[in-house]
Amino acid sequence: MSDDPLLRCSDVVVTFRQKQARTVLQAVTSASLDVGRGQIVGLVGESGSGKSTLARAVVGLQPIDSGSITFEGRTFGARRNRADRRGIQMVFQDPYGSLDPRMTIRGTLEEMLRRHTELRGKALDARCCELMEMVRLPASLLTSRPAGMSGGQRQRVAIARALSIKPRLLVADEPVAALDVSVQAGIVNLLSDLRDEVGLSILFISHDLSIVRTLCDRVSVIYRGKIVEERSCAELFEDPHDDYTKELLAAIPRLRGPRTEGLRDGSSLAF
Amino acid sequence: MTTSETAIPLVPPELGPGPRRAGWAPGWLRRHNLQLWIGAVMIGLMVLAGAFAPLVAQHSPTTPDAMHTLLGPSGSHPFGTDNLGRDIFARVVYGARSDLTIAVVAVIAPFLIGLVFGIVSGYFGGWIDTIMMRLADIVTAFPFFILVIALVFVLGNGAWSIFVAITCVSWVAYARLVRGEAMVLRNKEFVAACQAGGISTWRILLRHFAPNVATQAIVYAMSDIVMNVGVIVTLSYFGLGIVPPTPDWGSMMADGQQFLAGGYYGMTLFPAGAVIWTSLALSFVGDGLAHALRIER
Repeated sequence: MSDDPLLRCSDVVVTFRQKQARTVLQAVTSASLDVGRGQIVGLVGESGSGKSTLARAVVGLQPIDSGSITFEGRTFGARRNRADRRGIQMVFQDPYGSLDPRMTIRGTLEEMLRRHTELRGKALDARCCELMEMVRLPASLLTSRPAGMSGGQRQRVAIARALSIKPRLLVADEPVAALDVSVQAGIVNLLSDLRDEVGLSILFISHDLSIVRTLCDRVSVIYRGKIVEERSCAELFEDPHDDYTKELLAAIPRLRGPRTEGLRDGSSLAF
Repeated sequence: MTTSETAIPLVPPELGPGPRRAGWAPGWLRRHNLQLWIGAVMIGLMVLAGAFAPLVAQHSPTTPDAMHTLLGPSGSHPFGTDNLGRDIFARVVYGARSDLTIAVVAVIAPFLIGLVFGIVSGYFGGWIDTIMMRLADIVTAFPFFILVIALVFVLGNGAWSIFVAITCVSWVAYARLVRGEAMVLRNKEFVAACQAGGISTWRILLRHFAPNVATQAIVYAMSDIVMNVGVIVTLSYFGLGIVPPTPDWGSMMADGQQFLAGGYYGMTLFPAGAVIWTSLALSFVGDGLAHALRIER
């Protein structure tokens, strides 16, 4: 039992029927993926490689055509019940679309808590404050609406909402891609801290390899809907096996151009 | 380079109150949302006059007075009298009662029907959307006025049939408007977050969709009241609307028409003024509300 990973996707296939062309688009063609307890697993790949689709399938937002998704030893059926949903929660890419503009932060958090817990009244309030503390936001923001908040703050609220019902797995679909670099670091650190504090497992989807390298324990590389390589993070970056992975790693910009060398010689940038 | 470390502002500039929406009102009116206030005061005066008609008007709106027909404006008859010697001011004020009541009531029902219809159609999409929108197409296929007039013709004169006729026809506009908004909303990530969070569809529609799509519909409802006033007045003008002894702006204008050539403008001018006043007021309120309810994402 304890050998079983928290999440196991075996040969997951997701297809989209296209209305006009009458052809079938395979977004995910046979993807297998494991996430262990307390692990942060990175899922990297280029745009359109099927990483978001796989993420949505894991959360249950996207029906799968074949294969299976097993969570805590239980294989999900076509419909998930409330308890199934409670185990896996998701954080999305666009911080500006992931909160209801007409709902206060308290409203957003309470909605989830009321649906999944017996907390009411004072206990509900206390839990909201606790969640805000968990994502390092002031409790005073509970009464405000998303309109006045920054992207980073919104993303923290989205994380708080996801964590409100104590999921074992958090699926983070490019959670920092839309944020400034300085804000990105804050969110990445928060996710890393949360893993240590509450033992959260995270499936972290990104195309930013430098973030994946700092945050993740294991990395899966997805290419055209297929997982082409699945290794521990350190190994993969040191010694990539698959050709596509090598290509991906080669695409990381390096600061080793003539400009840096010029600076090292003591000359200044000319302008 | 001596650029100092720029602090990250708590509220990014792009989220602050952006440029005001373009409207037809001049700039000084749009500042401080003056148009909303002016419109509210204008419509408020009209509503109060209608509500307290017996106190506002000293004369009866229906009692004829053969001795004082077609008088010009004077102290005792501020708007003069009509061809039967009835006080025009009293008739305009009592007319506000019947016309405004129907205009407002005939907005609420289509608003609610259209809201539900549009949300369901836009959220579920697929064949549900197809069927519902074809139903809306059937109504739109007929010219608005022709359909309303035909319905009133079938249902008979009176306030109730005007209400039913307008409701049957004008819900479509709300449905289309709301459907469009709902389709945009459906792809927002907070909706996906709710679905992933196991929030029931019923609740998503009620607590997330309804408040988010209602804004546009509310703003449209204001201009729809103006439209309704126009419809009611027009129907009455053609003798299809409110039954004669009850004062109404449309029938007043129709009655006054034949006396225009004789130089008696009061009978037509004052009810027409009331229609313009009301329409202007509601347009102001609609534009002002659009601004006030606008919410940043």
